[in-house]
Amino acid sequence: MHLTLEFGGGLELLCQSTKIHSVDVKPKPGQDKLTMRDLLVWVKSNLIKERPEMFIKGDSVRPGVLVLINDCDWELCGSLDTELEEKDNVVFISTLHGG
Amino acid sequence: MDSKEIGGGLSGADLLREIERLRAEKEELESRIHLLEAQIKPRGTAEKDKSGSCSLSSLSCPQMNGTTLSGLSPEMIHRYSRHLLLPDFGVEGQLKLSKSSILVVGAGGLGSPVAMYLAACGVGCLGIVDNDIVELNNLHRQIIHTEAYVGQSKVKSAASSCHAINSSVKLVEHREALQAVNALDIVSKYDIVVDATDNLPSRYMISDCCVLLDKPLVCGAALGLEGQLTVYNYNGGPCYRCLFPTPPPSAACQRCSDSGVLGVVPGVIGCLQALEAIKVASAVGEPLSGRMLLFDALSSRTRTVKIRGRSPVCSICGENAAFTREKFQSFDYESFTQSPMSDRSSEKLNLIPESSRITSKEYNEIVNAGEPHILVDVRPVHHFKIAAIPKSKNIPLSNLEDKLSTIDSALKQAAQDSGKCASLFVVCRRGNDSQRAVDYLSKNGFPLAKDIVGGLQSWSQFVDRTFPSY
Repeated sequence: MHLTLEFGGGLELLCQSTKIHSVDVKPKPGQDKLTMRDLLVWVKSNLIKERPEMFIKGDSVRPGVLVLINDCDWELCGSLDTELEEKDNVVFISTLHGG
Repeated sequence: MDSKEIGGGLSGADLLREIERLRAEKEELESRIHLLEAQIKPRGTAEKDKSGSCSLSSLSCPQMNGTTLSGLSPEMIHRYSRHLLLPDFGVEGQLKLSKSSILVVGAGGLGSPVAMYLAACGVGCLGIVDNDIVELNNLHRQIIHTEAYVGQSKVKSAASSCHAINSSVKLVEHREALQAVNALDIVSKYDIVVDATDNLPSRYMISDCCVLLDKPLVCGAALGLEGQLTVYNYNGGPCYRCLFPTPPPSAACQRCSDSGVLGVVPGVIGCLQALEAIKVASAVGEPLSGRMLLFDALSSRTRTVKIRGRSPVCSICGENAAFTREKFQSFDYESFTQSPMSDRSSEKLNLIPESSRITSKEYNEIVNAGEPHILVDVRPVHHFKIAAIPKSKNIPLSNLEDKLSTIDSALKQAAQDSGKCASLFVVCRRGNDSQRAVDYLSKNGFPLAKDIVGGLQSWSQFVDRTFPSY
């Protein structure tokens, strides 16, 4: 499944300072659906190069990270259980506090 | 008013429209009454107020010498004519703006354009709260301040700039830090709050306070080359805690004073905050509630995303929330977020024993005595390019593991050149990363490595006053 993943608000530093990643992710063997839960596992082992605790806590993202699926807060579409579709755009953005 | 029209045979939508029209008419009449009343009262008393009150009962146009049908003075009509020409804003928008009071929390990078635009556009009362003083390294982004005010109160400086732009706006200077103990008192005097602060505990505190007092909150943030903006607690929308019930780990909280910020980025976000505050105050357009604007300066991209609504289980604004004013006032926001209520780093690491550390003065004596040594500077490369101690060798902390052999051969070379054993010293910006480096080095073949306490900051303070601080 082809997806565009974007990292912002400093999270890009965890994946070699690259903000936009065009990736192909396959569902787990024996399954035909890819959920956000699966994607987080995939991101952690394939894109996050350092300090994974700055991205993941438990089986979800750490507090202070907003997840947007096609420009919509993932809380509005099922969070971890959201089923992804071909060409979906997933944004991980750390909230900023500076000014 | 034709009472026959009302009710009989009108549809629901027509009724709503009629109600809206009558409300506008009522508002206009009220504002004309206010203006007439203002003419009876003594003039010239409401220009600048340090008492902390922002009552607008006598409206803020002391030079008024005539009213018009619109309820705006001729001077106001002239000054705000470009607003009045906007069909979507017009007289109603300007009148509402002139009757609104807005508190800007923080007179920094975000607060600068917010305060300047709100003063310029003619809000009735503008409060500014901040406890900082103006520093030279603020001026690249905090455009409300000028060189003449370096060393002085930011609030004083900001108020003076705003007064110079529009002397008819009532300015209230709060020269203190907004904290849980004084926030209810200060915020309650305003209609709208703009969060232009630079730290996480203040953001939680301001949002909680706005929920308790039912004030809309225009919240902006900027760091590096990115910015974020949304309106909280507005029209049934979410509060900050609905979105972020749990604070992030403090290691994830970057500060402008550590990570840097391109000056114009908070400027862009601050301008948008002013715009949202104006929209809320004038009831024009769709404020950015339930949505968040994300700005990426590097790629010139902005995106507006849909965010979750008010959470029924939110501990502050949820249905069963038991958060009271008393609880708010005694809530420790710094310990809740594990972060200080300021942009400054308070971290003072004490990782390694005293015997593994020397002061900047001691290091200077070693240099002057010509003792053989090497100095490793573990800051990132872009920091090293700003300024460095002559002959120091840049090995960023993140690369240290791969560069042990480089350090080893440099030490051997120094020993060979001098015929004596060479020492190893480590320096960084403030003396935290240098301790982490010495800790690592001591466990990996360099037991005698020492770090310079307080880093280059201390070098600049106690040894070489000409060494630039940043």
